[in-house]
Amino acid sequence: MKAQQKTIKSSLAPGWYFMQGDEACAEGAIAAGCRFYAGYPITPASEIMVRMVHRLPEVGGVFIQMEDEIGSISSVIGASWAGTKAMTATSGPGVSLMIEGIGYAVMTETPCVIVDIQRAGPSSGQATRPAQGDIMQVKWGPHGDNEIVALAPWSVQEMYDLTIKAFNFSERFRIPAFLLADEAVGHLRETLVVKEDVPIVDRYKAPNLPPFGTEDPEGVPPMPAFGEGANLLVTGSTHDPWGFRKTADSATQGRLTERLERKVQDFKSEIIETEAHLLDDAEIGIVAFGFTARAALQAAKILRREGIKAGLLRLISIWPFAEEAIAHLGKRCRILFVPEMNRGQIAGELKKYTPTPVISLPKTNGEVIEPAEIVEGIRRKVR
Amino acid sequence: MNEKIYEMINLPAFPTPFCPGCGHGILMGALLRAICELEYDMKQMLFVSGIGCAAWIPSPHFKADTLHTLHGRAIAFATGAKLANPKLKIMVVSGDGDLSAIGGNHLMHAARRNMDMTVVCANNLIYGMTGGQAASTTPRGSLTTTTPKGNLEPSFDLCKVAEAVGATFVARQTVATPIILTGILKKAITHQGFSFVEVLSPCPTQFGRRNAFRTAYEMVKALKNDCITLEKAKGLSPEDLRGKILVGEFVAAQGKGGRS
Repeated sequence: MKAQQKTIKSSLAPGWYFMQGDEACAEGAIAAGCRFYAGYPITPASEIMVRMVHRLPEVGGVFIQMEDEIGSISSVIGASWAGTKAMTATSGPGVSLMIEGIGYAVMTETPCVIVDIQRAGPSSGQATRPAQGDIMQVKWGPHGDNEIVALAPWSVQEMYDLTIKAFNFSERFRIPAFLLADEAVGHLRETLVVKEDVPIVDRYKAPNLPPFGTEDPEGVPPMPAFGEGANLLVTGSTHDPWGFRKTADSATQGRLTERLERKVQDFKSEIIETEAHLLDDAEIGIVAFGFTARAALQAAKILRREGIKAGLLRLISIWPFAEEAIAHLGKRCRILFVPEMNRGQIAGELKKYTPTPVISLPKTNGEVIEPAEIVEGIRRKVR
Repeated sequence: MNEKIYEMINLPAFPTPFCPGCGHGILMGALLRAICELEYDMKQMLFVSGIGCAAWIPSPHFKADTLHTLHGRAIAFATGAKLANPKLKIMVVSGDGDLSAIGGNHLMHAARRNMDMTVVCANNLIYGMTGGQAASTTPRGSLTTTTPKGNLEPSFDLCKVAEAVGATFVARQTVATPIILTGILKKAITHQGFSFVEVLSPCPTQFGRRNAFRTAYEMVKALKNDCITLEKAKGLSPEDLRGKILVGEFVAAQGKGGRS
């Protein structure tokens, strides 16, 4: 890895806190070195913005409330190129508005973090109710192919820890990274443990090397900042390694799009993270993420008391997708269940990687999935 | 040509992609002369542009940091860069469609915040790059590919818009008077706070040939004929001013400072 890894001291005093998920996310961002926040009010993500208003000035950072989410993502990208770690937070409707900017960040290889506290959709839907319906939006929203990172926290602790990881991946790979949380986790209040040491990654610097192209097998070019005298040419149009536009050159377009994919796909094992619960002897596999994984774990325990050998594979990273873990799980279990607060977005993804039957347990009435509902859904198919 | 200007441009990027008779090359020259005469260091400057013909004026031609952004979003990108590094001297150069239609919201709010940046709007009255469609600046009655029987809609007066939303320096000039234009650009660049300059720039390819201008020269001549300075306009009746375009400084509020 060319990006610089180091350990810094936490800006928040180490210890135990009772905190809300959204607030823990803001603290994770500050800990990771975020010094620029641009946002627009939206339920259920506004608490992150309000926390940042107070915290950023304390650490020498800048906050701005923009005129809309398009302005938010645009100024985040501008700030990132000016040399700061930058983020925004929103919910599904805001992500919809940011999509073009997210594609621009992919194309220009701009590190930035976007927090999506998912709420019930489509459209304005239910602003205060949870959902997990933005799985495909964050990955396939922009036109073209997009390599992004998306991490799904299931606790207040992970709202903090995974926000730090999202910053580190975005700096390491020069890509937009999502914290893909849901309203239930965002508004949850529970214990957060802050450790003294925070492992962080800073973007790779190498003056005089091209900022948009590399023959290096690691595939991530160095990133200068505005004002450093690099005569940067940043453009969302197809460009050569120095940033000159080549909008009718097939070779440049082919090389660029292939590298943008490979710089993440070739190193995805660094990103992909899953967690196995009760899977050692499991015949019934449950795949879940975010708040739903808490209910799924409880469901597996209930089923085991009834003699049904169920286990949970929790997806901590959503994108890049944990295809090997799914293929492996499919070989070990005779049937897989996917409870999720959408109409089956992750269930559909599983089917690409395993021939084992995949049963979707969707719920989209704006309420979290209860353990009993997962138990019932599995019992119906298994008995 | 001023020798120093060769140091300020990416020579391999030339010749420009602009059509014969386009005014954007004159605007590019005026911008470079203004910066050169002010002795600003290009290494401390950031040029931000959107999408469209005018967005190509700084990027890839200027040897400085350039940020060629999404359609309409140049000012929002510039806002982030300025706040993250207030030492950067920021200039946004883009077209009328980019800044006032799709990007109108960002123009409005950056002016309201008095963000310390200079916005240069190259106004050619039309969407040039995409094939000559009507813009928010196209005069009533003009022929475009989307108004084949004449434009029915009224157009924006961009300087009035900028003034109304809080810009602390507002001016209009044309590429027909490049020396005066250079002078106005120098004032806008040195202004502290949000400065807005509308620069009328002829588009013979998409606007002129559909609207009875036989040559680029006729368009420049018409600009010279139609424009009247604020000083000369004083005391003239609305009757006398009909069909005239006011040029000059509309707002020059000093000492207000920018947000950053």
